[in-house]
Amino acid sequence: MIRIFKKSHHLNSFVNDPPALIGAVLIVVFVFCALFASVLAPMDPYDLTRVDLGNALMAPAWMDSGSLAFPLGTDDQGRGILSTILYGLRTSLLVGFTVVIVSSIIGIVLGMIGGYYGGLLDTVIMRSADTVFSFSTTLLAILLLGIFESRNIWTVVFAICIAGWVKYARTIRGSVLEVKENAYVTAAKACGAKDFRILFKHILPNAMPPIFVLMAVDMAVVIMLEATLSFLGVGVPITEPSLGMMISIGKNYIYAGMWWMVLFPGMTLILMVVAINLFSDWFRDEMNPRLSQRS
Amino acid sequence: MLAGKYATQAEREHVRIVYGLDKPYYVQYANFLTNAVKGNFGKSYISQVDALDTILERFPATFELALSAIFISITGGVLLGVVVSIKPHGILSRLIMAGSLGGISIPTFFMGILWVMVFAVYLEWLPAFGRGDTVQLGSWRTGFLTLDGLKHFIMPALTLSGYQLAVLLRLTRAGMREVLSEEYIKTAWAKGLSPFKVIIKHALRNVLIPVVTIAGLSFGELIAFSIVTESIFQWPGMGNLLLISIFENDHPVIVTYIMLAAFIILSINIVVDMLYALLNPKIRYD
Repeated sequence: MIRIFKKSHHLNSFVNDPPALIGAVLIVVFVFCALFASVLAPMDPYDLTRVDLGNALMAPAWMDSGSLAFPLGTDDQGRGILSTILYGLRTSLLVGFTVVIVSSIIGIVLGMIGGYYGGLLDTVIMRSADTVFSFSTTLLAILLLGIFESRNIWTVVFAICIAGWVKYARTIRGSVLEVKENAYVTAAKACGAKDFRILFKHILPNAMPPIFVLMAVDMAVVIMLEATLSFLGVGVPITEPSLGMMISIGKNYIYAGMWWMVLFPGMTLILMVVAINLFSDWFRDEMNPRLSQRS
Repeated sequence: MLAGKYATQAEREHVRIVYGLDKPYYVQYANFLTNAVKGNFGKSYISQVDALDTILERFPATFELALSAIFISITGGVLLGVVVSIKPHGILSRLIMAGSLGGISIPTFFMGILWVMVFAVYLEWLPAFGRGDTVQLGSWRTGFLTLDGLKHFIMPALTLSGYQLAVLLRLTRAGMREVLSEEYIKTAWAKGLSPFKVIIKHALRNVLIPVVTIAGLSFGELIAFSIVTESIFQWPGMGNLLLISIFENDHPVIVTYIMLAAFIILSINIVVDMLYALLNPKIRYD
């Protein structure tokens, strides 16, 4: 597998594309930090025995009132900003990965059924997709979470999935409509292949490239959305680390000149989103055979 | 819960009966539907005031904010998109494109906080909270007519328009670059038309259809981000009310907000469909 990749033109174009390379390296760093947060972080910000209110609102280490124990300062509860960011990355990436995978599966299944069978089923699926789409993912997620009585990381995932499957369903439905007219699908049908087999073995592989691109782009969108929801207070609860929550707490202290509580988590968030966008830009061009032949 | 923490059993029962919460869910739902058709969405659990009135009272603030944001994002996005497409490799174009990448990658809520940090905390030029002085015109409370009110508009409107401005800019640029290489544009240049006429009348008109589509379709997104913006700037609008209602479990207000949002989005979609016909003579609804 790796050998094939090495020989292919993909690797070549990847190495010759500095933005994509930078994006990929940053993504690897972020994933590494998230996975090993408990080792890398100077403290566990959610272990109540380690948190001391006496350390609250400390400046970053290089400023006068800072201390080396908290390189990026502390928040109002005495949690280290650096440690909380590392743990918050975990939440961001966990929500991002889960949502992208679950909502793409929901979207793929519904979109394939609609595109392949057509008729009333298609109408019902696509009309509900239109309704969800016009509400927009963000608004629907806020409203869904607003109705829930209690919220945790999984209700956030659930709400974003309910609001986010539509773009996958639309994309895959378009591909299925196009692919199912091909001779090899007719041939498979003539051989007596079951619908299920035709859908997953013959149609799906040919409809996947745009879905992969969508997943890469969606990852950045979902991470931003999770932060937005947590910022508004309808996302993950206060007891869980989250970049959006950190910024929402820090917002109350910017008038006191305590910029570090807002800027560090914010910059992390932006850097992560930019990294994913840089990578998915390259990925999109690479997945589009028309574009890569031209260049 | 509604009756308060220290209510007796009898008081709780009384509250349940008053709000109809003792009936089965389907009966509650049927009651809600019949009342909703009559325009009655129930009373707020917290303030005991009619939920629709509570929200509509906040409507002008949100509407004016959204209106200024749409205006900024469409004029700014299209204008900058045209500028960038005319000279794609100039320094100005590169700066604008880099800015638009920021507009797409910086989450709205963080952008809002950055505005506050720079213009309210450090430079102290602009106010960061509320609507400022407003003028009452009949039942409509407007912030457009006073200098103080206008000052309060700048940062929230820029925050709310930021993302959409970047998206429309990129869309206009992509469309313009495609259209400008078409044969009929070359013909227009060859005819000796002024650059203004070629670019605005011949090229831009064909680019505007996808721009209007996206602007219309992202209206739901605009409402969503109005909630975010209002929460940052303590804007006394519907979004802020929604967040407060969510924290207080004030269901009638939440439900009414959802119905109103759906109604607004539906109306906007119809308006966008009609705009198509204006922009493209080929489309006619008979």
